Amino acid sequence: MATRLGSLAIVDINQIKARGALYVAESRILSIRKFLPAVISIAVASPTLYLIAIGLGVGKLINHHSGGVDGVSYLTFLAPALLATAAIQTAMDEVVFTTIQGFKWGKIFYAMNATPLTGRQIADGVFLSAMLRTAFSVIVYGTVIYLFGGITSARGWLAVLVGLLAGAAFGALLLGISAWIKKDDQFFNILGRFIMMPLFLFSGTFYQLSTLPIYLRWVGWLSPIWHSTELGRFMTYGHHISPLMFVVHFTYLFVMLGFGLALAYHQFEARLLK
Amino acid sequence: MSNNELSINEVLIQAKSLVKRYGDFTAVNGIDFQVRKGESFGFLGPNGAGKSTTMRIIAATLTRTSGEITILGKDPEKSGPEIKAHLGVVPQADNLDQALTVEENLYIYGRYFGLSKKFLKPKIEELLDFAQLVDKRSVKVDALSGGMKRRLTIARALVSEPEILMLDEPTTGLDPQARHILWDRLFRLKEQGVTLLITTHYMDEAEQLCDRLMVMDKGSIMAEDSPVGLIKKYSTKEVLEVRFGSDRNAVVAPQLRELVERIEVLPDRILMYADDGEDLLHQLNQKGLHPLTSLVRRSSLEDVFLRLTGRTLIE
Repeated sequence: MATRLGSLAIVDINQIKARGALYVAESRILSIRKFLPAVISIAVASPTLYLIAIGLGVGKLINHHSGGVDGVSYLTFLAPALLATAAIQTAMDEVVFTTIQGFKWGKIFYAMNATPLTGRQIADGVFLSAMLRTAFSVIVYGTVIYLFGGITSARGWLAVLVGLLAGAAFGALLLGISAWIKKDDQFFNILGRFIMMPLFLFSGTFYQLSTLPIYLRWVGWLSPIWHSTELGRFMTYGHHISPLMFVVHFTYLFVMLGFGLALAYHQFEARLLK
Repeated sequence: MSNNELSINEVLIQAKSLVKRYGDFTAVNGIDFQVRKGESFGFLGPNGAGKSTTMRIIAATLTRTSGEITILGKDPEKSGPEIKAHLGVVPQADNLDQALTVEENLYIYGRYFGLSKKFLKPKIEELLDFAQLVDKRSVKVDALSGGMKRRLTIARALVSEPEILMLDEPTTGLDPQARHILWDRLFRLKEQGVTLLITTHYMDEAEQLCDRLMVMDKGSIMAEDSPVGLIKKYSTKEVLEVRFGSDRNAVVAPQLRELVERIEVLPDRILMYADDGEDLLHQLNQKGLHPLTSLVRRSSLEDVFLRLTGRTLIE
C-alpha cells in the first residue's frame, strides 16, 4: 500500500461540518442515477397520460356542458392540482423509501453514522436529494402542462415553485414519520391507500373544494395539495384568493415544512444514537 | 512498560469505570482499559459479554450511562464527529450500499469524510488491490460473496486512513479460507502501525491478531494481558483431551482428578491440564484408563476462558 498520511492529515472536520449534507445528497443522486430511465419515464408519462385522459377527455365533456370550471377550461383548472400532486408524490416516494431503506432494509444510515456525518446532516442530505428529484419532476410536469396550453402567463411558471414547496412540506413531514417507523409491514399500504388517495381525491383536485359537503372539506384544509393547488391556480390563471387566504396557504406549507424537518432531525439523531 | 506508565500521547483510548445499562440490564459493568497507539487490542468474550456495546461507545454511536471515556483525548458525547473523523469502523453486520458498485461504495464513503475526488481516485485503486477486488470493481455489492463483502467493508473503513480501525467480529460467518485471507489483510495493517480494536469470540482470531486482550464476560473484565501472558497465567502449557464415551466421562473423572491439579468435564470430553500431555497420557494408560480417543494440544485462550468463567466461549 502507498504511504499513509493518516486521517489527522487528510480529514478536515470543518469541511465535513459545512458540507456533510451535500455528501449524503451526492450518494443518493448516485443511487437515483441507477434508475434514471424510470425516473424520466414516470416524470413525462404521468402528466401526459393524466392531461390526455382527464384534462382533454373528461374536460371536453365538462367544457361542453358547463363552459369549464372557475371561468377557465377544465384542463387549465386541473393542471395546477396535478402538478401539486406530482410534487408530493415524488417527494413521498423518494423520502419514504430512502429513509426506511437507510434505517431498516439496508442500514446504510448506520454506515453513514460511523463517519463524521451527524444525524441532522443525513436527514438534510436525504431531503435535499428528494427535493432535486421533485424539482426535476415538477419542471417536467410544468413543461407538459405548458405544451397542453395549461399555462398561459409568465406568472404561471410560479406554480412550479409552489408545487415544489408542497413537495418540500409533505416530504419533510414524511421524512420525520418514516424515521420514526419501526415496522414497515403495512406502512406503504396505509400511506398509499388511506393518506395519499384521500388527499388526491378530496383536495379540490377535480372540482373546487367548496363543492364538497362541509363535513368532508377538512381533508382539503389539512392537505398540502389543496393549499398548493389554490396558489397554483392563482399563478396560472388568476383564480381568486383573498389576501388572508394567500397568507394562510403559504404559512400552512411553511409550518408543515419547518415542523417536518424538526421532527426528522430529532428522529434521525435519536434513532442513530440508540 | 505497564499500562500505568504510558505517556498520555501514546494512549488513544482511555476508559474509567465505564457503565452502560439498558433498564435493569447492565451491558457494561464499570470497566477500565487503555489502548495504546499502534497496538492491536482485542475484546474477547462470548455473545452478550458487552464487547459490541463497548465498541459502540468508543465509536461515538452509543451514549454511556456513567463513567469516563476519551478517544484521542476527546469525549465521544461532546465531540462525536471530531472523533469519528479518525475512526474506521467495520460493523458486525455489513451495511454496504447495495444499490452501488464496489468502486462506488469506496468512493461515496470517502466523500462522507470530505475527501476530494482527486485523492480518492488512486486511493480506491489501492484499496481494491488490498481487498483483492480489482476484478469486481464494477459489480454491485449484492453479487459479492460473504468474504468479498467483508473485505470491501474493511477496505471502506480504510478509505480515510483512520488512526484507529475498529472491527466488530470481523470473520463471523466466513469460511476458513476467507477468514485466513482477512487475517492476512489485517496483519498487514498491523505491520503498518494501524491501531486495531477487535472484538471476537474466536480464540484463534484473538491469538492471531491481538497484542493485548481483554477477556470480558457479563459486562465485566475477567482478565487482561497478551494472549501468551493469559495462557501462562491461567492455564498449563499443554492440554490432554480424552473421551471415554458420554456415559463414562463422569464416572472416570474422579480418578483423573488424582493425576492433575485441574480437569474440566465437558459434555463430550474431559480436558486435563498438564505441562507434558504425552507423559500424562502414558500415566493414564499405566493406570488402566484407556480413553476411546485422546489428543494432546497446547493450551489456548478457550482454556483461559473456561478457567475464568467455567464456561466455553461458544456454547
